Amino acid sequence: MPSPEDQQRAPRLELRGVTKQFAGVKALSDVNFRLGRNEIVGLIGDNGAGKSTLIKIVCGYHEQTKGELLFDGVPVTNLTVEKARELGVAAVYQERALADLQTLWRNIFIGQEIVTRFGFLNVREMRRATQKLMLGSMGFTSTAVTPESVVKNFSGGEKQGIAITRALYFDAEILILDEPAVGLSISEIDKLLLFIQSIRDAGKSAILIDHNIFHVYEVADRVVVLDRGTIAGRFRPKHRSVIELTEIMREIAETGTSSVPDDPFEEGGKGEEVAS
Amino acid sequence: MTDTAEDPKGSVTDSRPDGRGISFRKDPKRFLSAYAGQVGITGAFIALWLTFVFAAPDTFLKLDIYRAFAATIPMFGIVALPLTLVIVAGEIDLSFPSVMALGMVGFVLVWEATGNVGLAVLTALLIGAAAGLLNAFIVVKIGVPALVATIGTMFFFRGLATVLIGGRNITLAPTRDSILFRVFVGKFHGFPLQSFWLLLVAVAVWILLNRHKFGAAVYVIGDNIQTAELQGIKTGRVRMILFVLVGVAAAFAGILSSLFIVSFFPSVGEGQLLPALAAVFVGGTSVFGGKGTILGTVLGAFMIGTIQAGIVAVGLTGFYTELIYGAVIVVSVSIHAVVQRRFG
Repeated sequence: MPSPEDQQRAPRLELRGVTKQFAGVKALSDVNFRLGRNEIVGLIGDNGAGKSTLIKIVCGYHEQTKGELLFDGVPVTNLTVEKARELGVAAVYQERALADLQTLWRNIFIGQEIVTRFGFLNVREMRRATQKLMLGSMGFTSTAVTPESVVKNFSGGEKQGIAITRALYFDAEILILDEPAVGLSISEIDKLLLFIQSIRDAGKSAILIDHNIFHVYEVADRVVVLDRGTIAGRFRPKHRSVIELTEIMREIAETGTSSVPDDPFEEGGKGEEVAS
Repeated sequence: MTDTAEDPKGSVTDSRPDGRGISFRKDPKRFLSAYAGQVGITGAFIALWLTFVFAAPDTFLKLDIYRAFAATIPMFGIVALPLTLVIVAGEIDLSFPSVMALGMVGFVLVWEATGNVGLAVLTALLIGAAAGLLNAFIVVKIGVPALVATIGTMFFFRGLATVLIGGRNITLAPTRDSILFRVFVGKFHGFPLQSFWLLLVAVAVWILLNRHKFGAAVYVIGDNIQTAELQGIKTGRVRMILFVLVGVAAAFAGILSSLFIVSFFPSVGEGQLLPALAAVFVGGTSVFGGKGTILGTVLGAFMIGTIQAGIVAVGLTGFYTELIYGAVIVVSVSIHAVVQRRFG
């Protein structure tokens, strides 16, 4: 058992030599992955590269065939969906994040309602909390939006913003966003980036899954490229231009590896100032 | 209440920081748009009622017709209420008319054996729960679509009831002396007490749907079951409880209808399927799930009851009732589908 100080220094999440096999097919082989504290990592790869398998392992839907999962430096075995949630993992899916026909306040509190005794809803308290979140982190200042607004009428970026706000409100430590930018207009993506920025501001970590480097380039502290079940490269957008990264991606897609060496992972995740 | 005072942005919105809902007095426009469905059904109800008042003032301005409603509406209304929850959750149950009969068979057999009405009632309710549990098992655990599963159990339960009772009709006259008879179907100022039971069930189901965790889960399940699961709602358990609730309500409705006519017929419940479904759909509950209100179903039940009486008052024969119910269901569901597509 590591000491509290060690836990403070350990990455928020670490995968060591994780392999996942489905009926003879290797979806992931010997993957080493780290997510630092207050770090946003873009996990990039083509369809079938193993992104969703990796995510499903972290969320507790699948169990790895081999390898180790560590949360705050502590190995965790037999991870379940419930256990992952307790450890602060929250997944945000564009299509499945919200219940469209329900009001804003009901969406914020799905499955985690504020209740009095015997499970009766404290509707007033939930509306009040929603109102606060709207004016604060969600940034809805228009008079057209109230906690009673039905979320169907919100745009794709706003919906994910609501889901991100919800996850942060319920103390998620690791947010996982699955293809958050797919199908969004440019202005919507800008809004989304602001919400992702709010994850960093809240001191939490996030993994952004995408097949497109452009979607994550602006917000990710680090980009990890997955190809055919293995990690093909780790890069810092701060150190490289988007054109350079696109070139690297192309090379990986063709050869499976990159000739460019990995950028270093700094302990503490955040940046050079905490580098040991 | 002072949240806005500290928050400079507070003045930009006129929504309510005290956590109360939208008030009609303060913001009529927003109230109307937020509760459009319920305002619509209330308007339709008043329009229908006024039509009948003008068409047949002698009938509709006297209490007698409402006493008649109080006897007929609960027979399908009591099931229509939990059925609303089932439909909001995106499921359906067509077997409840047969459960009304099956529960009553248990009632009759226990009552004949023991003479104890209380025990008979308990048996009927337990059978209703068991029938609901079987539906739930087939739908949730085995994974058969509810429409198909409950068409199957509709015939199965009806057949089972008829076989168990040997097709007998039975008089329930001796139950008249029991307290439960007077509590269930006695009269209060000429109003049959089953109407009070209907209101009691309506209030209980309203609280369950709107003010309890369970109801919150029901809405999300019908809206987007994947969201519900991702947010940790035990969707299987909630759906199973819903079928059990309808089963118990059906058995209860079977008891009330049989005691009211002081006889048991193996055909009890037949003819209640269409009015119950019509009440739910006229009340604005979406066939697609995720949307529906108890107020809507209560008013829907009254409208169906009014139409029922109207058919007779206008002098049409009973042959027309099914025709009209069928038309009412198709039209109301179509209107809802169009509204949802246009404005949704």
